[in-house]
Amino acid sequence: MNDVGISAYGGYVPRLRLSRESAVRANDWVDPSLMMNAKSERSMCDVDEDSVTMAVEAARDCLQGVDLGSLDSLYFASTTFPFLDRQNSTIIAEALALKDDVETLDIASSQRAGTSGLICALKTAANSCTTLYVSADCRKTKAGTANELLFGDGAAALALGTQGILAKFIGSVSLNRDFVDHFRGDGSRYDTYFEQRWIREEGYLRMVPDALQALFKKTGIAPEDVTHFIMPCVIRGVREVVAKRIGIPPERIRNDLAAGCGETGTAHPLVMLVDTLEEAKPDEMIVMVGFGQGVDALAFRTTSTIDGFAPRRGIKNHLANGVVEKNYQKFLSFRNMVEIDWGMRAEAAPKARPSAAWRKHKEYNALVGGRCMRCGTIQFPMAHICVNPECQARDSQENYRLADSTARIVSYTVDRLAYSPHPPLVFGIIEFEEGARFLAQFTGCDPETVTVDAPMEMVFRIKKMERERNFRTYFWKATPLTNRGKEK
Amino acid sequence: MAGGIKDKVAILGMGCTRFGERFDCGPDDLMFEAFTECLSDAGIGVETIQAAWYGNCVSGESMGGSATPMSVALRLPNIPVTRVENMCCTGTEAFRGAVYAVAAGAVDIALALGIEKLKDTGFSGLPFISMGPKGDLWWSDFSAPGVFAQLASAYAAKHNLPKEDLKRAMAHVSWKSHQNGSLNPKAHLKNRPSIEQILGAPMIAEPLGLYDCCGVSDGCACAIVTTPEIARSFGKKDVVTVKALQVANSNGREIGHQSWDGSYLVTTRAAAKRAYEEAGIRNPREEITMLEVHDCFSITELVTMEDLFISPEGGAIKDILDGFYDRHDGKVPCQVDGGLKCFGHPIGASGLRMIYEMYLQLLDRAGDRQLKNSRLGLTHNLGGLPAQNVCGMSIIGRLSD
Repeated sequence: MNDVGISAYGGYVPRLRLSRESAVRANDWVDPSLMMNAKSERSMCDVDEDSVTMAVEAARDCLQGVDLGSLDSLYFASTTFPFLDRQNSTIIAEALALKDDVETLDIASSQRAGTSGLICALKTAANSCTTLYVSADCRKTKAGTANELLFGDGAAALALGTQGILAKFIGSVSLNRDFVDHFRGDGSRYDTYFEQRWIREEGYLRMVPDALQALFKKTGIAPEDVTHFIMPCVIRGVREVVAKRIGIPPERIRNDLAAGCGETGTAHPLVMLVDTLEEAKPDEMIVMVGFGQGVDALAFRTTSTIDGFAPRRGIKNHLANGVVEKNYQKFLSFRNMVEIDWGMRAEAAPKARPSAAWRKHKEYNALVGGRCMRCGTIQFPMAHICVNPECQARDSQENYRLADSTARIVSYTVDRLAYSPHPPLVFGIIEFEEGARFLAQFTGCDPETVTVDAPMEMVFRIKKMERERNFRTYFWKATPLTNRGKEK
Repeated sequence: MAGGIKDKVAILGMGCTRFGERFDCGPDDLMFEAFTECLSDAGIGVETIQAAWYGNCVSGESMGGSATPMSVALRLPNIPVTRVENMCCTGTEAFRGAVYAVAAGAVDIALALGIEKLKDTGFSGLPFISMGPKGDLWWSDFSAPGVFAQLASAYAAKHNLPKEDLKRAMAHVSWKSHQNGSLNPKAHLKNRPSIEQILGAPMIAEPLGLYDCCGVSDGCACAIVTTPEIARSFGKKDVVTVKALQVANSNGREIGHQSWDGSYLVTTRAAAKRAYEEAGIRNPREEITMLEVHDCFSITELVTMEDLFISPEGGAIKDILDGFYDRHDGKVPCQVDGGLKCFGHPIGASGLRMIYEMYLQLLDRAGDRQLKNSRLGLTHNLGGLPAQNVCGMSIIGRLSD
């Protein structure tokens, strides 16, 4: 096999963080032991975020400066796809404006999907097929469970290839075991979990050491060579016992990001990997474990190239720029777990028309406007006649993508009358640095601080949710540039 | 070369219902109410009407599509009836259709009627209006106050105004309309809130509070128009004529091009220039004697005073606070009947309701709110959002002026 590995990486953690204490306070009458997990916050999707939107943002975090034309395939791993039959990775590919012959694939059905898909993607990439690998999860949990507190929402993205490798793939081992620690059957909204002590003893503590030993044997790595040991597991102390049994020094165990993030499902090994890569130095050994109906164990060795790369923001920056949500009811509502009366106004919205969306799918999915080739005016949407009143050239426009451009607020309001599942609705006219403008919905925007001229950036979000048909449409919204801290 | 509409068409009669939450009335009842007054005022029978224009915006909330609902409700004698819709300019558009038919010499007598039945939606505020399957893909969600509130943020930024100063002038706009509306027996809202109550009201869409927003009302208004000669032959002495009638639609420049700063209405300025030219008005601040403008929200009225070239650019706040537009002692009284704010805003009827007020004032029939020396009245509608809209305008006066 050719040398293959990671050539770029990025991550995404939603800005909203549920105060665990607020959830515990609401539910400890059911289960007082929830108090054990009341510390810090977990990440939570805003009402307009899902696994697809998080994956898009993680990919954009990763792809800064990467030639999109060089990508040949896009794999997307999740156990919380918004669509069970409509390819989710294609939505991501269109949002990122990837080539239309990029091979797309969704990978699902296990908490191990994130790592199993990565192994598969690395094999694809080794055949000179540059691959964008993304994983995201926003798992639904019943109210009042420990997992509700321990889980989080997030995404990671890796560019895989044979060029510019900053972490070389050393090898992997996969063990498959039909071990039903939990499951979610067809049509169920929630997972069913079995006894934690059994999962710990027969699952993690028996299977993970087996897989690691096999990996060490296969690759010739010694346990003490491992610089970073990545192993998600919400059961307390398991990581430490595994490391001890296998001989990995305890200080090499990576932080599982429980504080501020929580376990992001099948994406979590990758989220932890991105967090690790952000601080890794050249020539360090990273070993990573994915668990679910067996175990995946993967090894990477960083190269000197790692010093030359930084994601646009990375997991660390996302984690540092959160907003704590103390209203647990909002968390339930955003996840459609409580029936809020939104009033009749909310019922009036028209249904999505895929035929109309298809006609302009590239423009709206990728936020592509037009650049007039006669006068240079950049505009959105593209139209037959140039919007510049001094020009008005006909059929003169070429594609111009605005998704990565910054904009300023021309006018805005905080609207308390219009329906929004996350009121108040904040929106206004934004003008991109290149001049294009439109009436954009704002998201993640503090109603108290929004002002004219404030700098904004675009994010891919759910535009409309149709609960009865369980359909959703996506579009780009504006969010304050200052939300995410400085870019690297 | 066309000479414009000035003095070619006279208003023979008008009618207007009481506006408000007319839970007692369906759209057919409202049409009957306004039309009965109008026929009686004109002094003609229904068989004399040769063509009609039916203005209705949200057809699904009234009587469905086409113009047939009006023809049926009024038992019109199988004459041509045309439905027009141009958002909040719908009433003005119906009037324009009838006026142009008479001016063209195609008919002698035509009817224009605007009607809106909004209070069957089951909720407060306006019904949902879609931007169409394409627009729904990318336009932000919004409410009507939300899009007009945009004007306030851009206006304050342009003139470097503290929010409080703008809000104070907006409050005066609404205060004045409530004072006026309380004198109008047909007005939807007759209460007289204080400036402090207006400023302290709950926020709807920042900076618009409850009292910055007009009423959502049911209502109908109509006009029968003919030539000045025929009007005289019917014994009308003070013949009221149309001096100007203009509509201006956005072409996408405001929302799509950097040349617009979001603080004013491109269409109002375009329509006003043409209307003044059509009516032969050189100095609107001196020559226009009364205004009924589209005060859907207080901020809309404020910027409209500048867009009509009556207040200088950046000078609306001073004029408003100086009482320039007040009914008592104001130089150019505005919203004498209470405006959209208090007379109410049944979308399709509003344009004709404004013309109705001008007509009453010019004939000295405005009761407690009668102005002295009214000569030229301007009506103004805006439909859509400041960034993309339609503006309708009329100037009404006496034939002798």
